[in-house]
Amino acid sequence: MSDVQDYKSSLSDTSSRKFETFSYLPPMTAEQTRAQIDYIVSKGWNPGIEHTEPQNARSNFWYMWKLPMFGETDVDAILAEIENCHKAHPDNHVRLIGFDNFKQSAGASMVIYRGKTV
Amino acid sequence: MADNNKYNAGVKEYRETYWMPEYTPKDTDILAVFKITPQDGVPREEVAAAVAAESSTGTWTTVWTDLLTDLDYYKGRAYAIEDVPGDDTCFFAFIAYPIDLFEEGSMVNVLTSLVGNVFGFKALRALRLEDIRFPIAYVMTCNGPPQGIQVERDIMNKYGRPLLGCTIKPKLGLSAKNYGRACYEGLRGGLDFTKDDENVNSQPFMRWRHRFDFVMEAIHKAEAETGERKGHYLNVTAPTSDEMMRRAEYAKEIGAPIIMHDYLTGGLSANTQLAQWCQNNGMLLHIHRAMHAVLDRNPHHGIHFRVLAKVLRLSGGDHLHSGTVVGKLEGDRDATLGWIDIMRDSYIKEDRSRGIFFDQDWGAMPGVLPVASGGIHVWHMPALVNIFGDDSVLQFGGGTLGHPWGNAAGAAANRVAVEACVEARNTGRELEVEGKDILTAAAKHSPELKMAMETWKEIKFEFDTVDKLDVAHK
Repeated sequence: MSDVQDYKSSLSDTSSRKFETFSYLPPMTAEQTRAQIDYIVSKGWNPGIEHTEPQNARSNFWYMWKLPMFGETDVDAILAEIENCHKAHPDNHVRLIGFDNFKQSAGASMVIYRGKTV
Repeated sequence: MADNNKYNAGVKEYRETYWMPEYTPKDTDILAVFKITPQDGVPREEVAAAVAAESSTGTWTTVWTDLLTDLDYYKGRAYAIEDVPGDDTCFFAFIAYPIDLFEEGSMVNVLTSLVGNVFGFKALRALRLEDIRFPIAYVMTCNGPPQGIQVERDIMNKYGRPLLGCTIKPKLGLSAKNYGRACYEGLRGGLDFTKDDENVNSQPFMRWRHRFDFVMEAIHKAEAETGERKGHYLNVTAPTSDEMMRRAEYAKEIGAPIIMHDYLTGGLSANTQLAQWCQNNGMLLHIHRAMHAVLDRNPHHGIHFRVLAKVLRLSGGDHLHSGTVVGKLEGDRDATLGWIDIMRDSYIKEDRSRGIFFDQDWGAMPGVLPVASGGIHVWHMPALVNIFGDDSVLQFGGGTLGHPWGNAAGAAANRVAVEACVEARNTGRELEVEGKDILTAAAKHSPELKMAMETWKEIKFEFDTVDKLDVAHK
């Protein structure tokens, strides 16, 4: 049994909390984030930014940061808004969504900044 | 014409009435294509007409009551015949049925006509229903999938990636508490769903109600632990539809997001009833297809799976097992891609290279998520993500539970792998070419993935990437 590794996850260990897509990978570098934004833009999806207090993360409705950035294709502008949201709410989770208005769904959704999990 | 207006008892050749090569199908007709293997010496037109007759209004002899109605309106018509490429023993016959022949919203009625007595007809050696075109007018009478793909994503909060599942094994013999343990371990490790196996119903070793209770606790605890939404396909397939509904009601009462039914062994009447109930009660419905291979495996006789998939979409289900392509079904890649489109898309063009004989318009009817399950493991992940795309459920049974460190580690390995593949795909990398590099890089941060990759033998990624999902058809 000594070669069997324990799976570290528990209710009391807040590092067990995940954030859906990409949360099982290491936090993305700035370059990786940029590449995912490129993907959202290339799909024609509308970027949107949302944030929440970590204790309310399981709600469907996080706070919208302003409005979805309809028609925005400038990756730098989108990155800047993510930064603005993070600066205004440094303890909150911040996620980036690619709204697919044809499917009425999110084609992409990923947490960019993780707050202090609970 | 004068002769037709008088009653002449006796046997007429079918082709006099039911072979109409000049007929142009109406937009409202239900169209079917059969692969017919006739007995020796019977002309093709006569056999095709016989199939049209026996699957619609006709019987073997003329009857006087034929003349009380407008049979020319109600009859099915064989309107075209084609060679089967590479097989001289059989041919394709195209038959048009007026929409009035079928009860609205009844897959039971459609199949009873189209694959009823005609399949035992003596003039045939074998018969296979290859495809059906359901006109939008008929589609609109059917309930369809209870929720559909977009609603499922919203209910489960899963976006921008395939969903991950695992069928609990051993499929029979576990107690409810041990079974719940197996579910909990998979869910806490990063799966979205675990699944009852198809023959887990309510046996003496584990009655359904205990299973539901223990599994629900597993879901609640895994959700609290990970902060993510989880589900388990609670199989409500039962000996009677009353009992099926009792189990479904209980699943709803305890807060389960998704239940499961076997639509072929359980029957289409029960399935349609359950799907409508799911729609009215906000439940997702996973559909297993036990018995399908009895119907669809023989290339000359039976019902092709693309027909069974269309029938399920109309009867109702949010998930349907579709085959994996990369496993045992490698040769069927094009055909599988065809019926995956039939499950998910709103309009599918005729495409013989994928075995699709008709344009199919689903209108606003929601799509069904294809479920890739059976004999797949982490090395298949790049190909699976490439073939199935985001709108799918990738289901690893042994590929999760067989991890040397247990279910949670197996689940985490698959979750890391699927996310690494999606991330790489989004940046423009070719998954089926670079799969090994992508997984190897991801494993640097995941000992669970590294262990899984060592446990299951590497498969090669040498598919030509020209046959991707969205490539132009041949």
